[in-house]
Amino acid sequence: MDRNQLQRQVAYMRKSLFDQGYLDEQFIQLEDLQDDANPNFVEEIVSLFYSDSARLIRNIDQGLENNPPDFDRLDDYMHQYKGSCSSIGAKKVKSECTQFREYCRAGNAEGCMRTFQQVKQEHTTLRRKLETYFQMARQAYT
Amino acid sequence: MNLVSQTAKSMSMPNSSVSWKSGEPDPFPAGLRVLVVDDDPTCLMILEKMLLNCLYEVTKCNRAEMALSLLRENKNGYDIVISDVHMPDMDGFKLLEHIGLEMDLPVIMMSADDGKSVVMKGVTHGACDYLIKPVRIEALKNIWQHVVRKRKHEWKDIEQSGSIEDGEQQQKQTDDADFSSSANEGSWRKRRKDEEDQVEDRDDTSALKKPRVVWSVELHQQFVAAVNQLGIDKAVPKKILELMNVPGLTRENVASHLQKYRLYLRRLSGVSQHQSGLNNSFGGPPDATFGSVSSFNGLDLQALAATGQIPAQSLATLQAAALGRSTTKSGISVPLMDQRNLFSFEGPKLRFGEGSQQPQQSNNNNKQINLLHGIPTTMEPKQLANLHQSAQQSFRGMNMQVNNAHGNQSSSLLVQMSQPPQSRPQILNDTNVNHLSRLPSSLPQPTLSGGMPSSAALARNGMVDNARGAVYNSVSQASSMVDFSITQNTDLPGNSFPLANNPSAITSKGVLREEVNSEMKGSRGFAPSYDIFSDLHQHKSQDWELQNVGLAFNASQHSNMQGCLDVQPSVLVHQGFSSNQNSLQNRNTSVGKVMFSAGEESGHGNAHNIDQQLNTFVADNSLIKAESLPEASCQNMLFPEQFTQEDLMSILLKQQEGLGQVANEFGFDGYPLDDLPV
Repeated sequence: MDRNQLQRQVAYMRKSLFDQGYLDEQFIQLEDLQDDANPNFVEEIVSLFYSDSARLIRNIDQGLENNPPDFDRLDDYMHQYKGSCSSIGAKKVKSECTQFREYCRAGNAEGCMRTFQQVKQEHTTLRRKLETYFQMARQAYT
Repeated sequence: MNLVSQTAKSMSMPNSSVSWKSGEPDPFPAGLRVLVVDDDPTCLMILEKMLLNCLYEVTKCNRAEMALSLLRENKNGYDIVISDVHMPDMDGFKLLEHIGLEMDLPVIMMSADDGKSVVMKGVTHGACDYLIKPVRIEALKNIWQHVVRKRKHEWKDIEQSGSIEDGEQQQKQTDDADFSSSANEGSWRKRRKDEEDQVEDRDDTSALKKPRVVWSVELHQQFVAAVNQLGIDKAVPKKILELMNVPGLTRENVASHLQKYRLYLRRLSGVSQHQSGLNNSFGGPPDATFGSVSSFNGLDLQALAATGQIPAQSLATLQAAALGRSTTKSGISVPLMDQRNLFSFEGPKLRFGEGSQQPQQSNNNNKQINLLHGIPTTMEPKQLANLHQSAQQSFRGMNMQVNNAHGNQSSSLLVQMSQPPQSRPQILNDTNVNHLSRLPSSLPQPTLSGGMPSSAALARNGMVDNARGAVYNSVSQASSMVDFSITQNTDLPGNSFPLANNPSAITSKGVLREEVNSEMKGSRGFAPSYDIFSDLHQHKSQDWELQNVGLAFNASQHSNMQGCLDVQPSVLVHQGFSSNQNSLQNRNTSVGKVMFSAGEESGHGNAHNIDQQLNTFVADNSLIKAESLPEASCQNMLFPEQFTQEDLMSILLKQQEGLGQVANEFGFDGYPLDDLPV
């Protein structure tokens, strides 16, 4: 593929990630931090996020198995996870997290479970999209 | 946008920040040593990168306990701490509390949680800032300000070296000064550490070399629980120790920790106070006598006050600081910080000048600044300066009265003088406190002894002392203060007003005379002295009106009361507030009591008090006061020599001759005395 075309495609992908609400301006903050000292900073952060959040997701999954679940603990986990999401600008996941925490506070176990499925789904979707994006960006700019 | 533009953007960002820095003569805030604590590795890494891009020196840490031990290992290794609120091993607030207690570093809290209650909790626990996650680099670029603020707070001498009237320039200067302070910081910290060590050494010896206690989180929680159970005012080391019931812990350990804890609480109460010390830094003229002052000011007053390691001379400073703090409680923060600088025995002139300047500066009342500013610079002898101070004090006191009693004065002069109180009574209150706290130092021993035994008619006491010619300035001070306090009690008014008025009038005369003498050497002093004078007389008339006003006083006045009370013990006015105790607010009462005891050098603090937090301050105040009194009286011995009986007599005579004459004598034609409702 032509390099210019590839670059245009990367730009388009990036734009659609914002347009479709997957990412917010925090992601731009990360991009701004990327410099010669850390040329792959964004990608590193994102992969750190995914490796670390796996632990939290596991914790929440386990927490939801309890009946009744310990909502405080779930809320606490979700708070952490949400904090991570927000720091990479994962907008969609973050809003699902907010929903989850509302159910937690309401003591709605069913709502929690349902929302958490969505959280995980958005989590995975974003991961896939970002992976593709980073991969194409590497091709286009190296 | 594509990646290229992104890369370009990302390149330009740090570059621009570099160029911004290179424009500065000093690399600060580059190299600011930041400790970041967050259990979330993603956040931590992003923060690290952001902070690095700000050219800070970053240490990251994913556990609060670890952060605490890092800080303990190297107390001087960090300038600021940024901590997450939610951490599994230790709540961020607890970490905050420990840092506040142990190293007093500025701490910024951050959390994805932006709930008001959480943010509030951060503030009440002493966080200097609260960042909502995701943290943006824009917020981090600014964090050095907290370091500057904190340091400014402690490095008063640097401020004083930057003596420019213009606020902006001043700000700039002090900032620069602070940069240099960051270079010196090591030694400063060391000095402070030394002080602490000394204290601990002393503790050690008194405890026969008991092993040093590490106040772990648990131990501290036990301590706090015990203190809370007892109530902060009743919490004495012995009882706390009993409640804690920890083997190996000594009373001394607890006492020392209690002191720190109280200071910590006090700091919390003054959260907002850091501030404006910066902008308001006084245009104290760079005077030779000043050097020593600034050296005292440089010390961490809180720490010193607690440790009792302070040289006698700086006690006054501490006193002022402590007072300032207690007033801070009542919601006044701006000038308080400044006040700390004001008092120390070395440079009365400057102190004075600053003292008078501050309130005005904060008020942007330039007219006033000039007026009062003139006085100190024209003063030569210290005693004179002292006199002026007391004159100034009385002026202040009066102003307060004026302000409190009736905000609007018909006399243009008075209006002028009372502008600051009108626009912002609390500020004036502060000043008042300030000056008042200074008073004891200018009081002669005779006055003290004479005043104490005398009973109900306080004002009369003042009179008597006046006649003796001991130190009428301070006496009048006292009397005016008495006036003041009494005016707040509806039951006592008739008694004291007329009496009090006389002394104050006399005093004003005395002041005038003295000023004239000194003015021969200077240029600027006249108007101010005149104003003081006229104000005193103003005051006279106001007293009467005050009677009518009765108890219609507000909170601002109460803070003023504190100031008054402070003075009174050392002046003969105990009766004044002992009667106040019944009718005034708790806060005042407690202050009054403590001050009282301080005046008698018993310094046993606040036993039966009500307002907890105030109590803490009060306790400290009394301690300091007790220590400083002897020093004060020593200085005072100079006074009697200055004023002979003849002086007094002539002053009295002159007073009878009328104000107008005095004014003419000094050429104050600009001020129509007729306007004065004397």
